[in-house]
Amino acid sequence: MTQTIERPATSGDSGDDRPPRTGPSTQTVTMAQAINRALHDAMTADDRVLVFGEDVATLGGVFRVTDGLNKTFGPARCFDTPLAESAIVGIAIGMAIRGFVPVPEIQFDGFAAPAFDQVVSHLAKYRMRTRGDVDMAVTIRIPSFGGIGAVEHHSESTETYWLHTAGLKVVVPSTPSDGYWLLRQSISSRDPVIYLEPKRRYWTRAELDTSTAGPPLGRAAIRRAGRDVTVITYGSLVDTALAAAELVADTHQLEVVDLRSLNPLDFDTIAASVRKTGRAVVMHEGPRTLGFGAELAARISEELFYDLEAPVLRATGFDTPYPPARLEKLWLPGVDRLLDCVAKAMSQP
Amino acid sequence: MADTVAGHVELVPVQLVAPDGVPTSEDRYHRDLPPETLGWLYELMVVTRDLDAEFVNLQRQGELALFASCRGQEAAQVGATACLRKTDWIFPQYRELGALLTRGITPAQMSAVWRGRWHGGLGFTEKCCAPISIPIGTHGLHAVGAAMAAQRLGEDSVTVAFVGDGGTSEGDMHEALNMAAVTSAPCVFFIQNNQWAISVPVAHQQAGPSIAHRAIGYGMPGIRVDGNDVLACYTVMEQAAQRARDGGGPTLVEAVTYRMGPHTTSDDPTRYRPEEELQLWATRDPIDRYRNYLEHLGVLTSRLAERVRARSQRLRDELREAVLNTPDFDIADVFDTVYAEITPELARQRDELVAELEWEG
Repeated sequence: MTQTIERPATSGDSGDDRPPRTGPSTQTVTMAQAINRALHDAMTADDRVLVFGEDVATLGGVFRVTDGLNKTFGPARCFDTPLAESAIVGIAIGMAIRGFVPVPEIQFDGFAAPAFDQVVSHLAKYRMRTRGDVDMAVTIRIPSFGGIGAVEHHSESTETYWLHTAGLKVVVPSTPSDGYWLLRQSISSRDPVIYLEPKRRYWTRAELDTSTAGPPLGRAAIRRAGRDVTVITYGSLVDTALAAAELVADTHQLEVVDLRSLNPLDFDTIAASVRKTGRAVVMHEGPRTLGFGAELAARISEELFYDLEAPVLRATGFDTPYPPARLEKLWLPGVDRLLDCVAKAMSQP
Repeated sequence: MADTVAGHVELVPVQLVAPDGVPTSEDRYHRDLPPETLGWLYELMVVTRDLDAEFVNLQRQGELALFASCRGQEAAQVGATACLRKTDWIFPQYRELGALLTRGITPAQMSAVWRGRWHGGLGFTEKCCAPISIPIGTHGLHAVGAAMAAQRLGEDSVTVAFVGDGGTSEGDMHEALNMAAVTSAPCVFFIQNNQWAISVPVAHQQAGPSIAHRAIGYGMPGIRVDGNDVLACYTVMEQAAQRARDGGGPTLVEAVTYRMGPHTTSDDPTRYRPEEELQLWATRDPIDRYRNYLEHLGVLTSRLAERVRARSQRLRDELREAVLNTPDFDIADVFDTVYAEITPELARQRDELVAELEWEG
């Protein structure tokens, strides 16, 4: 039997604009640590926040992202579930109906598939089905994408499934700071958020300032300014795009747009950039056909056709299952594939 | 309280009133409900059947897209819901008119689904009732989650998942039963075994001795109850709910009943269901049985009969009025209810459609 949660007299929202209650406000951390910090701070700020999933409590998560939560907040608020992904999402829905703010973890991208029905048929539609009577304030964290030499089913790009499902928000951080702030904002959202954590960047270190709130969900970031080609990407590949931009800095100026949130989408930032450069390359790990690049290329063509100097190009994974680990470096879009697209865009008459 | 323990399930369903209306010798469960409650159960069952018939009429008249009749299952649904507190959350499937009516959901609220006005029903959650769930067996998990929420809120409320025999074959029901058992969630699984999942008989859904027997494997009590005996359903569910309130965890209750109608108004059961079976179950009708029982007891007064008749008429009028004279919702609502705050892209698409409709006049 779980312990009852003591409810304080006022149970406010996560209070993003307030300084955190523990630890210095600025420090250099890994993205995994930043996300862990966000969970600690969100659970401290709002006692309705619950964290659960496979191996998240005693072990602290296979990536240690939920480390310490069970000890700090007790087994009623951070607990291990049976090995059942559909149940993890299904119980989150029942908890949200009763006003809780569940932040369940699906251990790996490939294991989101068993939970697909609960996400698509129920979680995403619940607000609409109840004509807005019920908030589904559920944030599903999923360690995602490839590049870590994992076995099958541990390197998948699932974002397109969620983007094609009305009612979900889809968020992908690329830095420790975004890992913290985008998660805090996702947890504060009254709507379900699929929070895809790029495992390849879990151990990337950067400065995290928890005292100043980041921008709200739905704002892209220009990670590098440039006038020749707009590179639109997110998650793991932002660093790849920045590396490519540095490599060709003498000849081409790449502008790197980090979407941060795929839905809601900050198309204004994309449009402003493409109007300036006249060229756009979209980069993502997932298969090309009907990947998010297809949607962005269509939208840019619809709205910015007369600003374009070249077709919108896509540097993506391929329409195959994710390859075995020893081949993934060949398959994943990297600096070369991106720069090939850049060269092609720049060579248009 | 009956001696109900995990690890043993009786195949013979609990029955307090025999099909002819005579009390059985069953003495592990009480049947001494106050006369007002006895009368109320009768009222709910009769009104459920009448309203159900009116739904079918409206569908046949072309006013409803579809309807899933609960004819034959009135005792199961009314008994299982009437014993609960108003703060106990119920999670219905789509064939739960009796449960919804017992919970105080109005004909206007429930008919929105079948009229095609809106999904799920209108305003159900104000009555601690989830919107109806159409994907089979998936909402048991929501009931478990809500029960785990009740644990964390320090409430003594329980949740009840209404699932069918076919629903127990779904993977999510396994996950729900297991999750509830492991967490001792105050959740009761009320399985209406109405013998048919569209055209597939229950014998093809599973090979075990009964649905309730599965409880043994999950480590929770499993009980079979005569689903056409409203008092048995009431008292078995009341005890299961009490066990959950007391921290005793979940129970799997299998109500053995019969779907007297088709799966939905679109179905033709003559293609798969033997007529003799229907005739057999007609002799076990839950309302006839209970009426005979109340007559024996002297509870069925002319005053009660008049009250039932009047309420039945009023609710059928309400239903007809709601179906025929309620305007459709605005198409913009389809966009505006997706997120708490509409996204820029969705607002753009909504405005596009509104402009298109204005242009078309």
